[in-house]
Amino acid sequence: MIDNTNLNKNAVAEIWRLLEEVCDPEVPVLSILDLGIVREVNAIEDEVEIIITPTYSGCPAMDAIHTDIRLKLIEHGYKNVKIKTVLSPAWTTDWMSEAGKQKLKAFGIAPPNPIQIVCDTKLFAASEAIPCPLCNSYHTKVISQFGSTACKALYQCQDCKEPFDYFKCH
Amino acid sequence: MKDNNKVKGSTLPPPLGGRAAFLLHLADTNLVLAQRNAEWCGHGPILEQDIAITNISLDQLGQARNFYQYAAALINELPEQLVKNVTEDSLAYLRTEREFKNLLITELPKGDWAQTILRQFFISVYLHLLYGQLQENTDGQLAAIAEKSIKEVTYHLRWSSEWVIRLGDGTAESNQRMLTAFENLWAYTGEFFIPATYENEDIVGFDLASLKQPWLKKVNKIFKEATLDFPSDSKEKVTFMHTGGKQGVHTEHMGFILSEMQYLQRTYPGAEW
Repeated sequence: MIDNTNLNKNAVAEIWRLLEEVCDPEVPVLSILDLGIVREVNAIEDEVEIIITPTYSGCPAMDAIHTDIRLKLIEHGYKNVKIKTVLSPAWTTDWMSEAGKQKLKAFGIAPPNPIQIVCDTKLFAASEAIPCPLCNSYHTKVISQFGSTACKALYQCQDCKEPFDYFKCH
Repeated sequence: MKDNNKVKGSTLPPPLGGRAAFLLHLADTNLVLAQRNAEWCGHGPILEQDIAITNISLDQLGQARNFYQYAAALINELPEQLVKNVTEDSLAYLRTEREFKNLLITELPKGDWAQTILRQFFISVYLHLLYGQLQENTDGQLAAIAEKSIKEVTYHLRWSSEWVIRLGDGTAESNQRMLTAFENLWAYTGEFFIPATYENEDIVGFDLASLKQPWLKKVNKIFKEATLDFPSDSKEKVTFMHTGGKQGVHTEHMGFILSEMQYLQRTYPGAEW
């Protein structure tokens, strides 16, 4: 009898490393691990199962991410790959890595506020204090809760006047 | 033809029960409203709001896909002699008008910005309450879709509420346009709370009628802030309500949406890109 346990442990560790190289097609500085959408990696015999969760229901990047995961793993010899989408628990920006947040900021997108303030039904609420990713001023204002992709809001810095994207808490 | 007794993902055979019909009702409501809202793409009153309404459209398309995928999985569990393999795409693109179960309000023309805003507001208040209840459902996948969707609907609810207030309590013209939108839409809101057979009998722990009072309360609250008259103030406005959408009996607008939305799949069957 061959004991597969260690073999699979190594495989799982390698797959996690490989997934670090799969990027969000819309925010290419972020890996899918930075985003926090990979929930589980399992290797059973020669089958690899990856469990991911979407950021937003309608996010068109999810289909591309499926394909990219598959390609990356095939490239490294994992041919039998199952990708399963799970909706609950629902994705939250709380799952984004610290490294991911730094990368976002360097890319010019304000990262999610460390104090998670998710959208509620309070109207005309004061906008969150989001520092400008360029000049770091907190003197910014929200233009719209909806931006260039489902995961971003539009802000503008009132000091350097630069409009910027904010990866909103969700 | 040996396939005569099968269906191409178009008709649901009776033994299916109500669960798939309920999922299709939720999927269709989201899909048809997504299609209507998408008509604003490139035509919004200002760029930021053009982006907002199309973001909302995209969220609703995503929610529709989740419901269609789950419905397809349930339908495909049926014995092969009853139904052919269906997919989220065949359910969206290859069913006919009478098979769509969306709420009538979603298929009405987008109208002006006031009409689009007011419809979105009515629907967002409704979906927020509906998903709030469904996320506790014993059907795990239905609960998961609701849990995912409610986070997105919260944005829609806040945005549309603020716009109702902005337009209602805005200029004389924006106020007048909201009143006209109200006249056009109010008679389509009663349908939300009248359960179809499949809602009544087949969804355990689901109480649609219980959503009506909280819905009225929320609408009333926002209308007050928007300086708009709430319908209970004038009784003649609450007499007649249109129904039929949940049973597949639609307004004259439905066929036009489907012919536009389904054109490509009907003309080039199986086309992918």
